[in-house]
Amino acid sequence: MDEAAPNLTELTFEDALRQLEAVVKQLESGDVPLDESIDLYERGEALRKHCQARLDAAQARIQKIVTDASGKPVRTEEFGSDG
Amino acid sequence: MPPNSPPDDYDNAGLVAREGPHDNAQAYSVSEISAVLKRTVEDRFGHVRLRGELSGVKRAASGHLYCALKDDKAVIDGVMWRGSTARLPFRPEDGLEVVATGKLTTYPGRSKYQIVIDTMELAGEGALLALLEKTKARLEAEGLFAASRKRPLPFIPRRIGVVTSPTGAVIRDILHRLADRFPSDVLVWPVMVQGKGAAEQVAAAVRGFAELPEHGDLARPDLLIVARGGGSIEDLWSFNEEIVVRAVAESPIPTICAVGHETDTTLADFAADRRAPTPTAAAEMAVPVLADLAGFIGDLAHRQRRCAMRPVTLGRERLAARAERLPDLKTLLQPQAQKLDDLAERLRRGLKDRAAHARERLQSDSARLSVPLLRQRFLAKRDRLAAARLAPALLTKRALEDARNLDAQTRIFRSLDPKAPLKRGFVLVRGQEGALLTDQRSAMRAARLRIEFKDGEVEAVPAGGATPKPLRPRKAPLKSDKPGQQDLFG
Repeated sequence: MDEAAPNLTELTFEDALRQLEAVVKQLESGDVPLDESIDLYERGEALRKHCQARLDAAQARIQKIVTDASGKPVRTEEFGSDG
Repeated sequence: MPPNSPPDDYDNAGLVAREGPHDNAQAYSVSEISAVLKRTVEDRFGHVRLRGELSGVKRAASGHLYCALKDDKAVIDGVMWRGSTARLPFRPEDGLEVVATGKLTTYPGRSKYQIVIDTMELAGEGALLALLEKTKARLEAEGLFAASRKRPLPFIPRRIGVVTSPTGAVIRDILHRLADRFPSDVLVWPVMVQGKGAAEQVAAAVRGFAELPEHGDLARPDLLIVARGGGSIEDLWSFNEEIVVRAVAESPIPTICAVGHETDTTLADFAADRRAPTPTAAAEMAVPVLADLAGFIGDLAHRQRRCAMRPVTLGRERLAARAERLPDLKTLLQPQAQKLDDLAERLRRGLKDRAAHARERLQSDSARLSVPLLRQRFLAKRDRLAAARLAPALLTKRALEDARNLDAQTRIFRSLDPKAPLKRGFVLVRGQEGALLTDQRSAMRAARLRIEFKDGEVEAVPAGGATPKPLRPRKAPLKSDKPGQQDLFG
């Protein structure tokens, strides 16, 4: 596990989740010394918050492309159910 | 009718052709008959639909397409001018069963006839499938469908681009399923998914998504869904067209293809990174279920907390185990309690014994304790004290002696007073300066003499000496009444 990359904002959700899972498994294995396990726990908490923040930010936004006469996209507009 | 058997009425044919009087059969020139034939053929077959298998397909540099249509017994040449080939909905290949629409024409110079094809369609689904197989084999050979080209989809896409018809069930299904699973940012590129020009639109949309900028409203998606609902193979044909297949295969954005129903597979499906059996399934591939993820994260968090708490839990369990093994407090204390009782008993008894013993000794001592004995000792001590009594005379005797001694000394001292003789009539003679004059000569030299009596001074001038100056009588000193006592201590 590369804990040399503490910059969470760089992590994708998937990587953060994977790391969190690894942290938990490591903690559960029980062969981490206590003081290390405290660091590990803090890292796990940070990863969890990072993942949770991504989920919390999930928001539906449906738009459609509007093209000009030549078929080039020029802007977007709300995608209505009328289509 | 066999072609070589002559008609019956030509039985009497001679060596040279004659124009019979009743014979209205004029001889044609070749050109004439060719022209007649041409007119006849073109009039009669100005618009035909001709079904046959393509063979000898050749596209000339000019853009015209030459081919032949054949069946098991006959063959007819065909040509399709460049203007018409542009509208071909498929790529003609040998062996394809087609229905060509056009007109028959002749080519008199070569005694040939041919069909000039305006449009060409595939002759039924079988032909379509055959074409599909051919195209598939060709593109597969190119490596367009290779497994090594498939890329993983993003776990959670930032933005999903959807190429499909803006109307109908497909887009609704996709949006609904996305909303159910993971509310997402979706950008729809509306296209026709069927009919003429559909393939071009779909291909342009797939390529257009890739060309969108990195940011902004028109931000490029990181996942594409190309979708169409079910239909006949002909309905789905746009997604078998090379232009679409290539666009999907070349898309730099990971692409899910969902065309038709489970059983329908188009070439675009093969070219995509993932193939979904239905549009709904495409949405399921595109995003995870948010609630599941949240649950998983919650579970991890719970497990992590439990790990953090485990030392405490373990400690508590161990404590409980030890507490259970602890002996009963009463049992533990019983020997001590017993000992305490024993000691208390012994203490009580010991105290009693000690008191009794002390009383015994006291009684034996009091027997020896008697008033006469004490008095006797008291008297003895008093006698010793009396013997050592102090006599006041020891001190007073000494004081009297000292007082007598002092009196004697005082008398001697008084007798030594130089002025004491004055009382008995002696005088002291002094000079003018007060110096004592003790002989006659010094008295004669003095101009005046001062003679001190016991009660005062008298000035005198010695006779025969210098003329005496008048002198004021000197007042006697006031305190010379009792000079003895005064002077003695002054």
